[in-house]
Amino acid sequence: MAAPALPLASLEWRTSRRFWGVALLIVSAILFVALRNQWLLPHDDDAEFFKSLNGLRDWVDANRSSNLVFVLVVNTIRLSIAGLFDLLQGILIGLTWPGVTVLAGAIGLIFAGRRMAVVMVAGFLAFGLLGLWESSLDTLALTLGAVVLSLAMGIPLGILAGRSDRFQSVITPVLDVMQIMPTFAYLAPMALIFLIGPPAAIIATLIYAIPPAIRITALGIRGVSGTSVEAAVSLGSTRWQVLRKVQLPMAKRTIVLGVNQTIMMALSMVVITALIAAPGLGLDIVQALERVNVGVAFDAGLAIVIMAILLDRLATRASQRVDVRTRSGAAESTRQRRVVVLGAVGVTVVAVIVGQLVAGDGTFPDALRITFREPVNTATAWVEANLFGLTNALKNAVTGVLLNPLQTILTTSPWWLVGLVAVVAAFIVSGLRPAIVTAVCLLGLIGLQLWQHGMETLASVLVGTAITLLVGLTLGVLSARHDRFAAVLRPILDAAQTMPSFVYLLPAIALFSATRFTAIVAAVIYAAPPVIRLVEDGIRGVPATVVEAATAAGSTPRQLLWKVQLPMARRSLLLAANQGIVLVLAMVVVGGLVGAGALGYDVIAGFAQREDFGKGLAAGVSIVLLGVMLDRITQGAGGRPTGPGRPVAVVPPGTTIQAGVTGA
Amino acid sequence: MRGSKLWRLAVGATVAGLVLAACSAGGGGSKEPVKIAINPWVGYEANAAVVAYLLETELGYTVEKKTLKEEISWQGFETGEVDVIIENWGHPDLEKTYIDEKKVAAVAGETGNVGIIAWYVPEWMVQEYPDITDWNNLNKYADLFKTSESGDKGQFLASDPTFVQNDEAIVANLGLDFKVIFSGSEASSVKALQQAAAQKTALIGYFWDPHWLHAQIKLVPIKLPPYSDECYADPKKIDCDYPQYALNKIVSKKFADTGGKAYELVKNFTWTNDDQNLVSDYMTNQDMTAEEAAKKWVDEHESTWKAWIP
Repeated sequence: MAAPALPLASLEWRTSRRFWGVALLIVSAILFVALRNQWLLPHDDDAEFFKSLNGLRDWVDANRSSNLVFVLVVNTIRLSIAGLFDLLQGILIGLTWPGVTVLAGAIGLIFAGRRMAVVMVAGFLAFGLLGLWESSLDTLALTLGAVVLSLAMGIPLGILAGRSDRFQSVITPVLDVMQIMPTFAYLAPMALIFLIGPPAAIIATLIYAIPPAIRITALGIRGVSGTSVEAAVSLGSTRWQVLRKVQLPMAKRTIVLGVNQTIMMALSMVVITALIAAPGLGLDIVQALERVNVGVAFDAGLAIVIMAILLDRLATRASQRVDVRTRSGAAESTRQRRVVVLGAVGVTVVAVIVGQLVAGDGTFPDALRITFREPVNTATAWVEANLFGLTNALKNAVTGVLLNPLQTILTTSPWWLVGLVAVVAAFIVSGLRPAIVTAVCLLGLIGLQLWQHGMETLASVLVGTAITLLVGLTLGVLSARHDRFAAVLRPILDAAQTMPSFVYLLPAIALFSATRFTAIVAAVIYAAPPVIRLVEDGIRGVPATVVEAATAAGSTPRQLLWKVQLPMARRSLLLAANQGIVLVLAMVVVGGLVGAGALGYDVIAGFAQREDFGKGLAAGVSIVLLGVMLDRITQGAGGRPTGPGRPVAVVPPGTTIQAGVTGA
Repeated sequence: MRGSKLWRLAVGATVAGLVLAACSAGGGGSKEPVKIAINPWVGYEANAAVVAYLLETELGYTVEKKTLKEEISWQGFETGEVDVIIENWGHPDLEKTYIDEKKVAAVAGETGNVGIIAWYVPEWMVQEYPDITDWNNLNKYADLFKTSESGDKGQFLASDPTFVQNDEAIVANLGLDFKVIFSGSEASSVKALQQAAAQKTALIGYFWDPHWLHAQIKLVPIKLPPYSDECYADPKKIDCDYPQYALNKIVSKKFADTGGKAYELVKNFTWTNDDQNLVSDYMTNQDMTAEEAAKKWVDEHESTWKAWIP
């Protein structure tokens, strides 16, 4: 609604927008000075509201074994998922390591070609060589379990959302919440309802991983052209036939993309579920963290990066193949394929038999080991010892100049002044609807009794986003202009995004102490890659003819960038900003682990300690409110539709490998 | 196309068959595995490592270790996920819920370790400011501890939210010019203390003993007003030192009733802080796995553990 049709009107609105913005700033500055430290909502750890949520917790605890819903429904779900996990784990162990490795290669060969087969085998051998064979398979089994369930539910729901506007508009906000809600916030309720162990871990992972399956499937179904559907209907197809013969086949490629996203999300979540007794690589990392051994954590983190890359490349290649084959008509190669499939199966069978004979208990031989423990620990120790002066100064500068002033303004202003400024700013930037959303979210924060902590977190998130955007713009522009730089940067970005943040938190603490700034650093590492990629993609997307024309007209490279490329990539830049904010917010809770306090710490405390259960839950919801608010404001700024049917709102973590592949 | 589907079916069936064959090939022992919760600190792991090693080598049990936070471990007694917590620090609220009310857990004796929680500073600070170890002088030095997080007060570094911590009350009730900042985890606290020792930066914080870090750097405790029961009557009014904890072992009711010799061993297990610190040191600073560390200790201390074997 902020994008009127006529360019003239648009110009007027823009000028007046600027005027109102400046006016708002002046008025609020005066009010701030006059009314500072009044109408505050100080934090109270023992708020009655938190205690009432604790009551809910105690009720569940007391009635778990007597209430019928729990006995019949919850327990059945728990036991069936436990069964699924045991089955997957049993299969992987039973196949033995040679069997699993060759099977992985065979799957690579059948679905993605010869090169992928080699990559798969190498990747699985790496798990063994790192000494992490069993952990890796546990992680794989958890991930597969969550993915299978996510797809089994997500694809039908996505089809429904693709065919029904009403369903889509109902489910979109639910999916937003599922994606923004910090994982820690629902780990505690998960453990409460489904108890600890693999089932709760799989369900928590499912919650996190199912949104892209639903969203992207819906997107695919909606992307099928209306004329194709009409043609089928006019030929007398039933709704079911239209779905099966027209919509699904035409949306196949998009749906496979959704599968890919679901896998990546699941993998990033599975690590965290180590905290509720899920086995696997996450556990190795948590244990290494406890011993303050970065090298050991790095090995496990590396295994996760490898697994992410294997699964991502496999799904991506497979989707490209689906695409090629549907287009070219697979008939002529069927025979050749049969030979390949048969050969692959044969070799797998042999490998399993050999495995059974040679490695009866299925474990990888101890004699073969590669570890990065020593070099990583040496490097970390050097960095910690020698860079401290520099990093400490940086921390103090950013905290003193940006973070503390901003936090002081947000926490010492009257609450209604902060709210008013936010709502008016949202209206000026994005229009009426985002302004209403902003008001509702801020009132929600007050209702949850977490205004003070919410403002502290908001200050960190805003500073984190600013740094993310600065880094993202700089590196994105460099990547767009220098191919070689982009090529070097890409694997680093892949790793930055898939390496679990737990691995690099310890060196970060050594360098920046246990502070809010450490949390910001972790957030920037996590959030910058997609921003860099979106900026690069946007600038590369400027048509070559336009660039040529500008160059021919005598633009210097600098002018070209500022006057042509950046303005024309405006949409990508706004999307990048939006993603940056949401991803920074996703790291708030991790920040609680390294001394950032506020909402992140509340969530962690709630997860770990029963008397804080209520506060933790409320803090989790508060993070969602902040997330929805910032998301809507920045989305509106791009003049993009905010209603149902808008594209995937949140680029999920792990997506960027994908973006890197398709963007190339 | 139809042909290729058939092929896929055939492939699927073969793989499924193979899997079944593979599964049935595996087998297990006859004794129920013992499920030991691993709470997230190394001293705990040292206890667990030695007990697990003896269960496996001396009594022939299999042991499942599950890394869990303290409260979640207690929940595990109810679900059957956990049989043993091998080092418990107090937690009267949990004892009330799970031992007295739900009756799913039981105490299985003390570990022999004494848990000390205190406020620590790195040794270099004591050399430089000898009277800093008395709490009465802390305000004099508050400025030293200022950080970007604590504003115009000194920073006191508290730790993981799960731990027993009364620092905010103590700071307020003793009138200290300090602000409590939570590091968020044990690892964060350890890293901060290591860095304070290495870089000679000022730091005061919550820490405890037994802990392997004491083998690596020297930390000096601050003398707070001595502990008394009256002082701890109201959590909001605490203005004295932490009590000493006689650490004990908690087991599930089921394990106590049916655990047989495994339960006996767990109940008999008792050793000193020095024993524990030694095994912790093997694991953290000498790069041994829990198993290797346990084996080394067991090989060298037969007289200690012989008495535990039922």
